[in-house]
Amino acid sequence: MIDFRLKKAGREPTTDFTGRRRVLVAFMMFCMVALVARAVYLQAIHECDPKFENAYQHIDVVPIMASRGMIKDRNGAPLAVSTPVHSIIINAREVKKDDDARIKQMEKDYRKHKKEELHLDKAMKLTEAEKLQIYAEYQKEKAYKVQQIERLLDLPIGKVSALLDVEKPRQFAYLARRIDPAIGEQIRGLKLAGIFIEPEYKRFYPAKEVAAHLLGFTDAKDVGQEGVEAGYEKVLQGISGSKRVIRDGQGHVVAVTDTKEAVKGKDIELSIDGRIQYLAYRELERAVNEHKAKSGVLVILDAKTGELLAATNQPSFNPNTKAKSNYRNRAINDVFEPGSTVKPFVVAAGLDSGYVKPNDMFVTNGAYSIGRRTVKDVHNYGTMDLTKVIKKSSNIAVSQMALRMPPKYFRGVYHNLGFGESAASGFPGEAEGSLIDHRRLNDFARATLSFGYGVSSSALQLARAYTALADDGILHSVSLLKRDEDIDAKRVFSAKTAKSVRAMMEQVVTKDGTAYEARVDGYTVAGKTGTVKKSGGRGGYIAKKYFSVFAGIAPAKDPRLVMVVMIDEPSAGQYYGGLVSAPVFSKVMSGALRILDVAPDQIDTMPILLTQQFQ
Amino acid sequence: MKTETRAEHFEAPSILGTLLRRLHIDIPLFIALFFTALLSFIILYSAGGQDMNILYRQAARICLAFILMTALAHVNPYQFKRYSALLFGMGVFLLLAVLIMGQIGKGAQRWLDLGFFRFQPSEMIKITTPMMIAWYLSEHALPPKIKQLAIATVMILIPTLLIAKQPDLGTALLVASSGAGVLFFAGLSWRFIIGIITALGALTPIIWHFMHGYQRDRVLTFLNPEADPLGRGYHIIQSKIAIGSGGIYGKGWLGSTQSELDFLPESSTDFIFAVFAEEFGLFGCVSLLVLYLLIIARCLYIASQAHDTYCRLLASSLAFTFFVYVFVNIGMVIGILPVVGVPLPLISYGGTSIVTLLAGFGILMSIHTHKKRLSRT
Repeated sequence: MIDFRLKKAGREPTTDFTGRRRVLVAFMMFCMVALVARAVYLQAIHECDPKFENAYQHIDVVPIMASRGMIKDRNGAPLAVSTPVHSIIINAREVKKDDDARIKQMEKDYRKHKKEELHLDKAMKLTEAEKLQIYAEYQKEKAYKVQQIERLLDLPIGKVSALLDVEKPRQFAYLARRIDPAIGEQIRGLKLAGIFIEPEYKRFYPAKEVAAHLLGFTDAKDVGQEGVEAGYEKVLQGISGSKRVIRDGQGHVVAVTDTKEAVKGKDIELSIDGRIQYLAYRELERAVNEHKAKSGVLVILDAKTGELLAATNQPSFNPNTKAKSNYRNRAINDVFEPGSTVKPFVVAAGLDSGYVKPNDMFVTNGAYSIGRRTVKDVHNYGTMDLTKVIKKSSNIAVSQMALRMPPKYFRGVYHNLGFGESAASGFPGEAEGSLIDHRRLNDFARATLSFGYGVSSSALQLARAYTALADDGILHSVSLLKRDEDIDAKRVFSAKTAKSVRAMMEQVVTKDGTAYEARVDGYTVAGKTGTVKKSGGRGGYIAKKYFSVFAGIAPAKDPRLVMVVMIDEPSAGQYYGGLVSAPVFSKVMSGALRILDVAPDQIDTMPILLTQQFQ
Repeated sequence: MKTETRAEHFEAPSILGTLLRRLHIDIPLFIALFFTALLSFIILYSAGGQDMNILYRQAARICLAFILMTALAHVNPYQFKRYSALLFGMGVFLLLAVLIMGQIGKGAQRWLDLGFFRFQPSEMIKITTPMMIAWYLSEHALPPKIKQLAIATVMILIPTLLIAKQPDLGTALLVASSGAGVLFFAGLSWRFIIGIITALGALTPIIWHFMHGYQRDRVLTFLNPEADPLGRGYHIIQSKIAIGSGGIYGKGWLGSTQSELDFLPESSTDFIFAVFAEEFGLFGCVSLLVLYLLIIARCLYIASQAHDTYCRLLASSLAFTFFVYVFVNIGMVIGILPVVGVPLPLISYGGTSIVTLLAGFGILMSIHTHKKRLSRT
């Protein structure tokens, strides 16, 4: 090929170039022979360690699910927790592929066994009969395993076989999802190739229906779909990890490389108090059933911090099974016209601006004409002072107050109280409600706005507005998370006004007020009823269909809690807010005040308190 | 008309020869290189996961390299000799510049960004070091005296250590061996050679002491890869499995599984030989080695035919360096040498190594095709 001979040129007699070159060529040949020898060894002689040989065929990247953060109530009690579960997956194609390998192995073992038993020098070939026997034996063993799987997973008999006995078996099918890990381990113990166990987390809600709407739930992929689960998805969600695994021929993991650990999601602590939430849930459910109502909502806010202590809806659902599909959190996402519950704001606005004086008297006769329209009261209350206006809930008197105030200012008060804009609690799908535009605010519209029509709000928004009366004129922002103080609070009324309006509202809960049923033994209560005609579309109202509302504050002297109860379409006879919603307020409030260890401020009703048993 | 016809008639038998002499291309070497480059595309297509973009980029580099080779083949070797010292000095200066800039930038840097392309001084030094040593030694009587040997050794050590500091052990090794090759061919006495080998053997513990942690790991892993099969031994074991699974005839082109499964790291760069071995088997491995041997043999033949001492020393050294390339890379992949970052010459994807290698072959062609004219003048 190449001429390696060197002409003895002798041009450079001083160097022995030819000799050097020969040495180098010899050295290079030696190295090349070493390379070839190694290649021959690796490629023709050496047999790979079967463990690595197989490993080389079965590398796999397996995701590691991250556990979702826990949702806790303000006292640390768990409201939503993730528990490990197993999902069972079948790769039918792999099961079939494995059949041949296993039968071959069994044949090999059989031949070896026979050889040893008969002391033969060489293993004999198998006869057709023997082959059939081995095949039958294998089928029996496999059928047993399949049967075991069906039994353990409660599958109908023949389900797994049906997956296997098809022309083109599927490579992926769930046999069971989110089952007890103990059962998963039993399945693993069967060692059937092509059956894989996927560890997952299942969300569990210990409180079941009680906080269902608030918490929401997650989907099959552990992603929040509703409620807090959806609203705080970014916080709760962990970062899933992954690992590269090496599997042997049967698909079992023999080694793990490159593990990237999953990062657990963060826990969140809600402002909810589980005990109050439970109480609210129970009482609301009872009331909705008793009054054959369509639905009901109840919201409790902390008067000093704006924290949401309880929010419950009826009817509810069990988030663990999601059997019923009424997932809507009406307390936050649905609106209604607040009706008479806004009247204290009108009085406060009048007092604050000076359009209404504390000693003003209002003359009524049961009907009040504004243009061609008429505003009516339930009864003719005659001449009233401010306290009586609130106590008797006179539409005519508040209309008269409203007409004294300029439309822009009057609407501005509602706007400042948060009507017509979201309460920004961070709950997904929060309602904004609506507030009539000031250009459409003619005299009659102003009058109806003063008794709560032409404005709509969620129970949460209404409760929030009430914090302005409760905390001496300071409107609080709403928080779903536990916090010590509200840094977004703003003053909307003077402290003096708020206090005097609260005093008027205390009269509502007296014997001749509209909501004597709302009284709480041992504590002063300030509140206001609302019995709202249901709107039936554009401007019209439906007869005999009502929202029964009660909004209240307790203790009235030094408020701690604000509560709004709204029952939609009570149809068992009674429909007045003071008769339908006020009793719920009373029961829940008295329980909540005791749970929070609030000192009673009305000693004269104490003896009754002592004789009452609280469940 | 007449004269032309006559001239044509007269020179007809040697038209091709004239043309080739004009092109200054050595046909046997060119054909061997061309086939190796072709093979590079075939393997890269498979190793790179059948990504055409990789092939386009490789093609661009190979074209550039062949153009540079042809250009250098046109340069008279006398010019190489004349500018040896200057080029070497520039190379060392650039190495220093890279090192200092790297330290300012707080990170290992091997290249200078010239805006339109990145230039690696360590690649340039691979060629200029043997040029420098060959020039220096050819200026004195051969075999070299102790004084010249000492100076030459220092001249080799400067770029070697600068590159080792980058740290790029593979290139440092290649630069050192290119220099050592010149010394060997210049007639370094056997006593010295044996002495140096013994001294290196004796100094092993001290060298061990000065090695980086990862370099020690590589040596330990080489000695016993199964100690940590999924960690440090992973490269070597996977590479061995790939080669072993090729068997005698291989799995056929595109038949390798590890590049598809991303099993074998660096499958299109330093470890491409494993892909080749898996797909073409023992048969293919031996064929590739034969192809490389043909190239080396042709280079050594060119060296033997060289006109003067400088050319002979330089050509021999370039041939030797090419051999070191082949042996270190395949030896590493096949598991008889520790892992050192040296690409498989002319086949591995990327790097400026292809450009440098073909530049070296350009110099060899220049040496071979200019000697007649030189001898005439």
